[in-house]
Amino acid sequence: MLTDRSKVVVKKEMTLTERLYLPAIVGGILITIRHFFRKSATIRYPEKKREISDIWRGQHVLKRDDEGAERCTACGLCAVACPAEAITMVAAERKPGEEKLYREEKYASTYEINMLRCIFCGLCEEACPKEAIFLTDRIIETDYTRKGFVFGKDKLVEPVAERVDVTKRQTKDVLDFKKHKEYSHNK
Amino acid sequence: MISFLLYKGIVIGVIFTITLLIAAYSTYAERKVAAFMQDRIGPDRAGPFGILQPLADGLKFIMKEEIIPNVSNKLLFILGPCIGMLTALMAGVIIPWGNTLIVNGNEYSLQIADLNIGILYVFGVVSIGVYGIMIGGWASNNKFSLLGAIRASAQMISYEIAMGLSIIALIIMTGTLSLGEIDVLQAGGAGNDWNFWNVVYQPLGFVIFLICAFAECNRTPFDLPECETELVGGYHTEYSSMKLGFYLFAEYINMFISSAVISTLYFGGYNFPFMNNLGLDHNTITVLGTIALFAKIFFFIFFFMWIRWTVPRFRYDQLMNLGWKMLIPLAVANIFVTGLVLILTRG
Amino acid sequence: MTLNLFYFLSFVAIFSALLVVFSRNPVYSVLYLIITFFAIAGHYILLNAQFLAAVHVIVYAGAIMVLFLYVIMLLNLNTETEPHKSSVLKIAATICAGLLMIVLVGSFKGADVLVQRSVEGAPVGLVKNLGIVLFKDFLFPFEMASVLLLAAMVGAVMLGKSEARTEPTNSKVP
Repeated sequence: MLTDRSKVVVKKEMTLTERLYLPAIVGGILITIRHFFRKSATIRYPEKKREISDIWRGQHVLKRDDEGAERCTACGLCAVACPAEAITMVAAERKPGEEKLYREEKYASTYEINMLRCIFCGLCEEACPKEAIFLTDRIIETDYTRKGFVFGKDKLVEPVAERVDVTKRQTKDVLDFKKHKEYSHNK
Repeated sequence: MISFLLYKGIVIGVIFTITLLIAAYSTYAERKVAAFMQDRIGPDRAGPFGILQPLADGLKFIMKEEIIPNVSNKLLFILGPCIGMLTALMAGVIIPWGNTLIVNGNEYSLQIADLNIGILYVFGVVSIGVYGIMIGGWASNNKFSLLGAIRASAQMISYEIAMGLSIIALIIMTGTLSLGEIDVLQAGGAGNDWNFWNVVYQPLGFVIFLICAFAECNRTPFDLPECETELVGGYHTEYSSMKLGFYLFAEYINMFISSAVISTLYFGGYNFPFMNNLGLDHNTITVLGTIALFAKIFFFIFFFMWIRWTVPRFRYDQLMNLGWKMLIPLAVANIFVTGLVLILTRG
Repeated sequence: MTLNLFYFLSFVAIFSALLVVFSRNPVYSVLYLIITFFAIAGHYILLNAQFLAAVHVIVYAGAIMVLFLYVIMLLNLNTETEPHKSSVLKIAATICAGLLMIVLVGSFKGADVLVQRSVEGAPVGLVKNLGIVLFKDFLFPFEMASVLLLAAMVGAVMLGKSEARTEPTNSKVP
């Protein structure tokens, strides 16, 4: 026996009040009318958003460094770490004169995350050695096509003008944790 | 003659408009009531509190692609929803929407026609209403439609009997078939003039009539003609666009008319307590009475919805058992008891 | 006005009655029969018999014809699946219908006295007068008819019961 709440089913004759059926209906309509005056649980979404956690894992961002160069070096660790295999990338070599654009000699010429595959687990963020990818509290916009959910660099890389704040996910504890490779999930 | 026709035409036009308006807003109310009973909000996007939702729905129904199946019987396919709508609207004619208004010494009744056969007319119209469903279901040439239509008609015919029998007890008591006179007999007043509503004398008859009204309107717990699991959409499986809208609309009109009939027969119609004690002039009482009638009607429409979101549906054999083995004997017993009491009290 | 209405209703009644016979599709036949019944109900109203009209619509158009329609829809009688009828059957049907017509014509021959009685404005068909006539003048036939109907009802119940006795009842429903 899994719980002590199991009941022995007794199929006894219904009493007259039970067979009349109307008392049961009256009981039912009293329950529904009580709910009628209860506060509704709905949150009117676009106008009012449900409070979300500080470390909510939403849409990804590819960070730039302080000079505005992309941090990602296309090492592919995030793609390896991804359990949903949502990340694909193509690596390319930095040309002379592009030092302002890319921080290291190798960079990702394309970087795509399929948001329909992504499970927002945050393992890519954890795997990244360059502090390049982070999950933010932004919610993925809906779209009419599947294509629209494959986010390329145009949507993932943060614009220079408006940086995406990821300090909430980059707390000291997280950074300390990241130094210890032995704790990592993907070895 | 001309002024008479003009006045009747105006009354008919007003009642027609009100009926359609209330039916339209019943769809909105239904969704709101359902939402509130399930701790939700319901439609609130179209206009403030979503009050333009019926317009949006109507527009959607009209704009939708109209599909007439190739194998269907086209004439009857179109005729089906028309009959449904027609019969739904016809019953409003004999309901006394209010007492008389006196303008320039002329008395104008707010009832379109006070027929001698009153309530029988309602039954006649209701019994024709089955054809809308049956013809539509058969003309679709779809087995699910046909089965839904057969279910609907069997249900409606069965419950019509119990409904008629429950009314007979009331008619024995009031001694008239005319709805206008039944209303007058329930007028509230002072002293010797005090009359209770019929529901006080006929509680059992009222309960039977109410249950039958639910079945006649195909409302939950008797909404078996439409059944997603067994019959797809029931008799209107093949219907689309405004023809489907007509069927759904007719259902709401039927609900409104049933509520009006219940209010009139059992809850005093346009009468309200102490109406003759307030010392108001005739026209004011009439207007207040009409408001009272509509309050009663709205309550019953709400009650229809309330029950819908409370009680699960019956199985078909349970439905038939309830109709034939419970309600009809009860209604007959009610007639018997009423007759006996009347003989004993009135000599 | 009344006369024109009478002609119109008579035309509708006879025309749709003919269509009942001549239409190939049995469902159409039933629908035309319903129209005929409505026309006849209209006649009742012209004769100031509102009660009869209402009952006619409720009972005939509203209940009996629904059952007719019911059966015919379930039988699925299309023009393609119409069974072949032997000529003997056709001849027998013609003779029967002819005999019925002779009976009808014969009965109408003696009825010309009634036509001259005016019913204009006379409330013969209203509920009250009908009730008085039924329960005073024709009490015995009325009660006999009701006993007959009761017997039929009891018979129907018995037919329905005997079937249930052979197999165990499993439909225990409140």
